[in-house]
Parts: sequence; structure tokens; C-alpha cells
Amino acid sequence: MIKHLRSAADLDLATATLILDTAGEMAALAGREVKKLPTLRGRTVVNLFYEDSTRTRISFEAAAKRLSADVINFSAKGSSVSKGESLKDTALTLQAMGADAVVIRHSASGAPHRLASWVDGSVINAGDGTHEHPTQALLDAFTMRSRLGRLAGLRVAIVGDVLHSRVARSNVLLLTTLGAHVTLVGPPTLVPRDIAAALSPATKVSYDLDSVLPDMDVVMMLRVQTERMQDSYFPSAREYSRRYGLDLARMRKLPEHAIVMHPGPMNRGMEITPEVADSSRSTIVEQVANGVSARMAVLYLLLGGKA
Amino acid sequence: MASPRADTTSKIILGESDLHRVVDRIAHQILEKTSGATGTVLLGIPTRGVPLAQRLAARIHAFEDIDVPVGSLDITLYRDDLRLHATRALGKTELPGGGIDGRRVILVDDVLFSGRTVRAALDALNDVGRPSSVQLAVLVDRGHRQLPIRADYVGKNIPTAVSESVRVSLLEIDGLDEVKLTGSDK
Repeated sequence: MIKHLRSAADLDLATATLILDTAGEMAALAGREVKKLPTLRGRTVVNLFYEDSTRTRISFEAAAKRLSADVINFSAKGSSVSKGESLKDTALTLQAMGADAVVIRHSASGAPHRLASWVDGSVINAGDGTHEHPTQALLDAFTMRSRLGRLAGLRVAIVGDVLHSRVARSNVLLLTTLGAHVTLVGPPTLVPRDIAAALSPATKVSYDLDSVLPDMDVVMMLRVQTERMQDSYFPSAREYSRRYGLDLARMRKLPEHAIVMHPGPMNRGMEITPEVADSSRSTIVEQVANGVSARMAVLYLLLGGKA
Repeated sequence: MASPRADTTSKIILGESDLHRVVDRIAHQILEKTSGATGTVLLGIPTRGVPLAQRLAARIHAFEDIDVPVGSLDITLYRDDLRLHATRALGKTELPGGGIDGRRVILVDDVLFSGRTVRAALDALNDVGRPSSVQLAVLVDRGHRQLPIRADYVGKNIPTAVSESVRVSLLEIDGLDEVKLTGSDK
């Protein structure tokens, strides 16, 4: 088993499949009355969050607690970081406290890689800058497999701001490993061809959502990062949602069995209309539940065995 | 653990027909001891406990036309030796439809050795329901208990040395039915 989960590229087919299978067993346990398992008793998991997050932090916290690990939540606000403490000094503090795993979210791409060289425990990337978010990719893959029964050969469109999306990067890497075919869709300013090629040569790129939809098994809508709107990647929000937003008319172009995914948080009315987000094809709520199972699987497989 | 030389000192303890007879006998004993297996659930411990539980249920059905619910109970997440080995893959936990609350649960495993697997199974059971009683059925008891645990139904007692290993093969998983004793007999 690998020691750290810094990138979806850390996972080969066998390891990724093991994580998804383990997540399946964890999901089965979620249905019972006593959800707590004694597996990681005595282990300490630190959630080190330099960026705001609700679902990912809560999801990791729930996952660690269900496995009986001790959880320490650290957010940059209200800590010594606001007094100017560096990532390295914070890491050394955590090291001294004996953290068995550090779950890190940071605005700087590559922060988990640096952290891994400073601490003895496992490092789990919970989103670093515009780089990667591997546990999101795992829960997405798990959701696709649960709904559609397989991953090999699936055709997946990832739509929107690929340029800034760590979710998209991790998904392309993991889905390619698992044998799915990914098409990146969005305005040319947000879907650079060189990024697609660098991630995986098999990745296709399209600027026309309507022509892509009829061939897809999965459509994953990315959040339009409104905080970057002023950089004029597209002329206006209305134009974006007219060309790349998923509404009911577009959803009908999908094959009967296809599912609609979104990593959240959503801009309802922007990249996805409320009718689509709340339709039976949407897996958005399932993704949140699956997130806990997938993260339990990762924590168990990284921490459960011999160190 | 079997050493590379182990095969030179291996001995077949139960062949195919012996194994079938032993399973038949346990099925009869269960019927006898539980007065017709009413309110009883068989839970196999993965990996080889699961097909054994299914066989027992099939035999009980053949003898008395009684359907005993069968399920599986994975104990990996409850083991006390997780940190001594590389991470283990999880097995399946599948409880039969009616659950286990208020029923007599018979845990089924292939080999009873230290008793630690059964301890873990009792912990796991505690988290999935409250059976009225719990019994244990094993194909082989090889001794060397480290915990105060005993089986209610034993297919075969095999005196062993700690350094030896007992290998149960089942048709469903290994392609043949056999129990083998291997290892150094120094």
C-alpha cells in the first residue's frame, strides 16, 4: 500500500480498485445502527485546512471519527498562521504531537508534497491550489461505479473551468487509470489543449457541449469560480451558462442511463439549473455520502496496517 | 507461515469425502443442539467460513427441509493485529433479511486457533445487533488458544505444533475439498 495520497497519479489500477472496493464495504457499514468501528483507535488524524471548506473537512472528520481515530481540526484562521507561522513550522509542531496522518488543504499547489518531506505520518491531499484533489476523484469514481456498474469504457465529460480545477485534474488522472474515456468541455480560455495533453494523451477536448452530450455516460459539471470572473475568461455569466450550463433541454440530449455530477458547491442557475441539480439523474447528494465512505477507505488503507 | 520446504512434510488430514462427512455431522449436531434450528442464523467469517456456512445450511435443508438464513460477517476492521501486518483487504458483511436481533447466531469459521478471530467476531456482532445467544462452529480445532474461547461444534480436532499450519481448501474458493497440515515437525 502507498504511504501518502498526494496525487491521483499515486494510484495504479490495482490500488485504485482496492480503495473503491473498500469504500463499498464502508458504505455498507454506513447503513447500520452503530456506525463506529474500532479500527483506528489510538491513531491521530490532523485536519490541516488553510483554505475554507465545509464538505471536505466535515467528510474527513466524519470518516476519521467513524474509524475511532482521534481528530484534531486545525484551520488557519485563529491559529499561529495568522501570526506568520510557516507551513514547515506548523508541520514540525504536528510532528512533535505525533500525528499519524495529516489531511491538508492549501492554496499553494504542491503543499502536500512539501509537507510529506517534513512529517513521518501519511499525508493526504484534500485539495492543493489548482493542482489536485484526489479523494474527490475517488468518491466521484465510486459514485459512477455504484450508479453505472463499471468504470472501464465509460465516457465522461468534465465541463467548465478545467484550467483552475483541481477536481478536473485528479479526475482525469484517476479515470484514465481506471479505463474511462474523458472529454474536457468548456470555453477555449478555460480548457487549454496542452493541459489536457499533459494530464493524459488520451483525453479529448471539445468546445461544443451540445455535440458531446449524446455520447456520454457521465457529465460532470465544474463550479464556475466566480472569484475569477474579472479575469475575463468568458464575456459574461449569461453567455457562459447559455453555452456551457446544463439545463433540462441539454440534459434530454444525454442517453437514458447517463448521470449528472457536480463536486459542489454549486452555482444554481449558472453552470447547472436547479431542475437538473434536483433531478433523479443528479448524484450530487450521493456524492457527499460517498465522500465519507471513500475517505474511510483511504484512511483505513493508509493507516490501518503496519506503519 | 509455510516455509518453502513445507510441502515435504505436508499431510492430508481430511480428504474430500471425509470433509463432506464432517460437514454433515456438524449439520446434524446443530439440528440436535438447537432443537430443529428454529430462530437460528448462520454467519460465516470470510473467507472460508462463508462457503462452510452455506454448506451447513444446504445440508440442514437436505436433512430436515428447514431453511436457515445464512450471512457473512467480516471481522477485519475489528482485528487486534492490524498493526502487525500490511493492510488487509476487507471481506463482505451481509446479514440475512430478518437481521440477527433476538436470534441464535452460529458463527462459522474454518480453523479455530488462537481464538482472536472469534473475539473480533464477537465485537463485530455487537455492532450489528443483539442476538439472543451466540455459538461457534469450526471445521478444524487445532488448539493453542490464547483467549478463553471454545467451539460448540467441532468438525475435527487436530493436535498441532505452533510452527505447523493448517490449510483448509474448499471447492468454492480453492477448487478442491481438503484439509492439510504442513510445516516443520522438528
